[in-house]
Amino acid sequence: MAADATTAPAGLLTDDAYRRLPSWSPWAFAAGALAAALLVLLALGAVSTAGVVVLGAVLFVLSSSITSRVVEGPRRAADRLATTLVTGAFLLALVPLVSLVLLVVTRGASSFGWAFLTTDMVGVFGEMTSGGIAHALVGTLLVTLAAALISVPVGLLTAIYLVEYGRGPLARGITLLVDVMTGIPSIVAGLFAFALFTLIMGPAYRAGIMGAVALALLMTPVVIRSVEEMLRLVPNELREASYALGVPKWLTIVKVVLRTSAAGIVTGVMLAVARVIGETAPLLLTVGLVTQTNTDLFDGRMATLPVFAYRQYEQGGTGIDRAWAAALTLILLVMLLNLVARLVSRWFAPKGAR
Amino acid sequence: MKLTPHSRFGAVALTGALALTLAACSSGSSAEPGATSGAGDAPAELSGSLAGAGASSQEKAVAGWIAGFNDTYPDVAVSYDAVGSGGGREQFLAGAVQFAGSDAALKDDELEAATERCEGGEALELPLYISPIAVVYNLPDVDTEHLQLSAATIAKIFNREITTWDDAAIAAENPDVTLPSTGIIPVNRSDESGTTENFTEYLEAASDGAWPHEASGDWPLSGGQSGQGTQGVIDTVSGAKGAIGYADASRAGDLGTVALKVGEEYVPFSAEAAAKVVDASPRAEGATDKRLVVELDRTTTEAGAYPLVLISYSIACSTYADAADADNVKAYLTYVASAAGQDRAADPGVAGSAPISDDLRTEVQAAIDSITAA
Amino acid sequence: MAVTTTPPPRGAAPRPSSDAGDTAGAAARAASTGRLAGRVFGALSTGAGVLILVTLAAVAVFLVLRAWPALTASREELEAISWFNGGSVAEYVGPLIFGTLLASLLALLLAVPVSIGIALFISHYAPRRLAQGLGYLIDLLAAIPSVVYGLWGALWLIGRLDPVFAWLSSNLGFIPLFADYQAPAKNIMSASVVLAVMILPIITAVSREVFLQTPRLHEEASLALGATRWEMVRQAVLPFGRSGVISASMLGLGRALGETMAVLMVISPGFLFSFFLLKPGQQQTIAANIASKFPEASGLSVSALIATGLALFVITFVVNFAARWVIARRAEFSGAN
Repeated sequence: MAADATTAPAGLLTDDAYRRLPSWSPWAFAAGALAAALLVLLALGAVSTAGVVVLGAVLFVLSSSITSRVVEGPRRAADRLATTLVTGAFLLALVPLVSLVLLVVTRGASSFGWAFLTTDMVGVFGEMTSGGIAHALVGTLLVTLAAALISVPVGLLTAIYLVEYGRGPLARGITLLVDVMTGIPSIVAGLFAFALFTLIMGPAYRAGIMGAVALALLMTPVVIRSVEEMLRLVPNELREASYALGVPKWLTIVKVVLRTSAAGIVTGVMLAVARVIGETAPLLLTVGLVTQTNTDLFDGRMATLPVFAYRQYEQGGTGIDRAWAAALTLILLVMLLNLVARLVSRWFAPKGAR
Repeated sequence: MKLTPHSRFGAVALTGALALTLAACSSGSSAEPGATSGAGDAPAELSGSLAGAGASSQEKAVAGWIAGFNDTYPDVAVSYDAVGSGGGREQFLAGAVQFAGSDAALKDDELEAATERCEGGEALELPLYISPIAVVYNLPDVDTEHLQLSAATIAKIFNREITTWDDAAIAAENPDVTLPSTGIIPVNRSDESGTTENFTEYLEAASDGAWPHEASGDWPLSGGQSGQGTQGVIDTVSGAKGAIGYADASRAGDLGTVALKVGEEYVPFSAEAAAKVVDASPRAEGATDKRLVVELDRTTTEAGAYPLVLISYSIACSTYADAADADNVKAYLTYVASAAGQDRAADPGVAGSAPISDDLRTEVQAAIDSITAA
Repeated sequence: MAVTTTPPPRGAAPRPSSDAGDTAGAAARAASTGRLAGRVFGALSTGAGVLILVTLAAVAVFLVLRAWPALTASREELEAISWFNGGSVAEYVGPLIFGTLLASLLALLLAVPVSIGIALFISHYAPRRLAQGLGYLIDLLAAIPSVVYGLWGALWLIGRLDPVFAWLSSNLGFIPLFADYQAPAKNIMSASVVLAVMILPIITAVSREVFLQTPRLHEEASLALGATRWEMVRQAVLPFGRSGVISASMLGLGRALGETMAVLMVISPGFLFSFFLLKPGQQQTIAANIASKFPEASGLSVSALIATGLALFVITFVVNFAARWVIARRAEFSGAN
């Protein structure tokens, strides 16, 4: 009965503009589709959350597109379909994110705790549930710190060169190659560090510094990119004002340009650190794993969090719990770095500079 | 760099050295196989660092041994780097570590290098880690403790000639079991490993030609399911009904394990059965009283022996340049070979290995006692 | 966009005079030490730039040096390595290159449509107040370490993909691509799904930036003519963003090519030129193969693995180079507009 009322005027093209489905209709369709999916699957005796969601989504797309096409015409129907698909894409991307975070938190929480963070694996064997990641935490921090010590000065100076000094083919070449360097696979960086040090120090040489060099190779282009962007944001008026006062260029860069963009640079560096702190493959090849804390970057293997997580998983048994807890720690560490980076850029942004 | 702590602890180590030599003598002369006395009598005066590297198969056992050793000698920092058998032997020969763990014995050219590394002495190869390898399967509905299979049937399963569980060959060996018609999914190790090497060696030797491939640490077939490392195999087998794989027996967990046909009976894996095959096996060609290399007899018919085992050797020097090294290695290996050390590794919660027999221990201890400083 | 090859025009104009100002200012202050400092500072920053070039060259050189024994080894020597298939490094690395490209392209195929959807959702569909937060949510995916993705893939995802693949294989199995699925889902398709999730954030982030830069006027003109939102997106946003999406995809491809741990932990490797996507033991990627074999390798086998790493380096170099070339060309075009 209602169908008669709606289909008749839908033939008139001019109605297209004002004959619309009410704004609550998508929700109604969604609820209806999910309910229908649930009923169908109940009838088939194969109910699962995933099944209901998938079938419900299909029913929703079908029912809402058809109704919309009938009521509103093909253009609005296409628009609705596009909205559904675009929103669906976003929701789809949340599936791995949510499942991953839930999984890591639920599986990792059982072993995670203060004791886990503050003990190492010395004397831990078999099915013992004690033991922790103190040594891996120290190793990760040391290796990442060393990587930052290498890559930050180089990255900072290169960015300064590109923004303040560079022109001509050299600068263009460097810009291009920095971009290419961003794409170096982490395992290749690991192989490079391995090749470099084993050729110089002998084939059995393993040390934290190898991992640091590999991570620095991955980190430097990220630092350059973010610092470069920050330097370009500094208004040219500031530079000119400084020159006008007779301040030499290098001093202008140090005292004016860098100071203005300091917060942004710190943020960029922290984000770069967050990027490399979870790298596993290069460290697996170079730094290896030990059970005790090693604070000497230049001698012997070191434990690092990602490698620890991987190797504990490989050990099986209680190791898998430790692997999840280590993964949780790693994610928390990365989140913390991201959070602090964002806070730094918010709190210490130059006053009135932008 | 590794020598710095030694020089610092030199004086202490020397005292320890004397003490230990005495202790070792006394335990040697009493001819008692329980070398625990050596560990028990020696005062805890050893110190310094003791580095090892090698096979990852031993890793869990070594972790247990290090913990047990440190109960007696808390001042010796022992480390073990699971870099793989080849890497371990390489590092040992290069002098980077004091002892190595290896799933294979030293090769001829390595023996020459070992003489140089050992100050003209000989390399010690001690079969201190004997681990049964289990053939694991995922058939939760099959109501039997152990499926019974001969090496030939296993070979055909892994060679994909037998493709369903209710195949006549399997049924013939398991007359009392109702077998499902599920397809068989063979799972192998994807990385190179001593486990694969021993498994293929067993299939090659014991399957009467049903296994057409050569023994190798790398799986010879492609195009099947596989897993990275032991855990990868266990995960993959657990992941699908009808899957079958091979792994370190201690990691079998809830999966079913196969009883192997030995002679006319079927033997499930156990520590005793694994130790038995080692004792029943002859020494390899070129073995000496220091290099106790075993040529595993995969075709053994000895009652109650389980021929699918992996032996991982502890490799050390008979002569060390540094006295502290000699003492530390000696004390450590003595503990490892002792009943206490072997029992610790045999704990299913640690590594689930098979303790060596008392006879073998006597031989091993004699070899260990020969370690001296140049 | 920030990814340009030359300094922005605003900064370019006054700079030539600034050099002169530099010297003049320094001379006026008569600070010869200051001039020295200036020169040192300039040299330092130039040196850092040159160091980047040197480093890249060093990567290539050291990889070649370390791979050299394998590149020049005889057939017999190479065959002595137990896992070595084929008689030369080229023969060995061939199937690996194939597997790497296949896994990455599949991942791209899965990720690009979803990424465009997400980017549009954030740039043009989501309530404006929420958009930034939602963008941050997607960026979180990029912050998760690859080993965690590996754990997630191996212990969670494979089980969830199993019914999907079983359905695909039994219903679409007549297409060779989907034939012969075998549980558990440790095939190249699963690896590609994990890779797709991992490259989603970067493709989304770059696409979103480009979409947001669509000239307001174009969008409003389209809407003013009575276009629906989707028509506006199709007429104004997508054409404008096309090259941006292409370069974003290339960046994603570059990342997928080198991803190690997730593939290592998910796939049942094989060394075949095979298009069976659901069959186990068919393909393997270079990076995962290195991580699998490297820890136990010694001697010549290390060199052989490094040689495969060299091949990966060359491939990613070419892909990234191409991506930048596309971006640079786009920059020229938009400059002409």
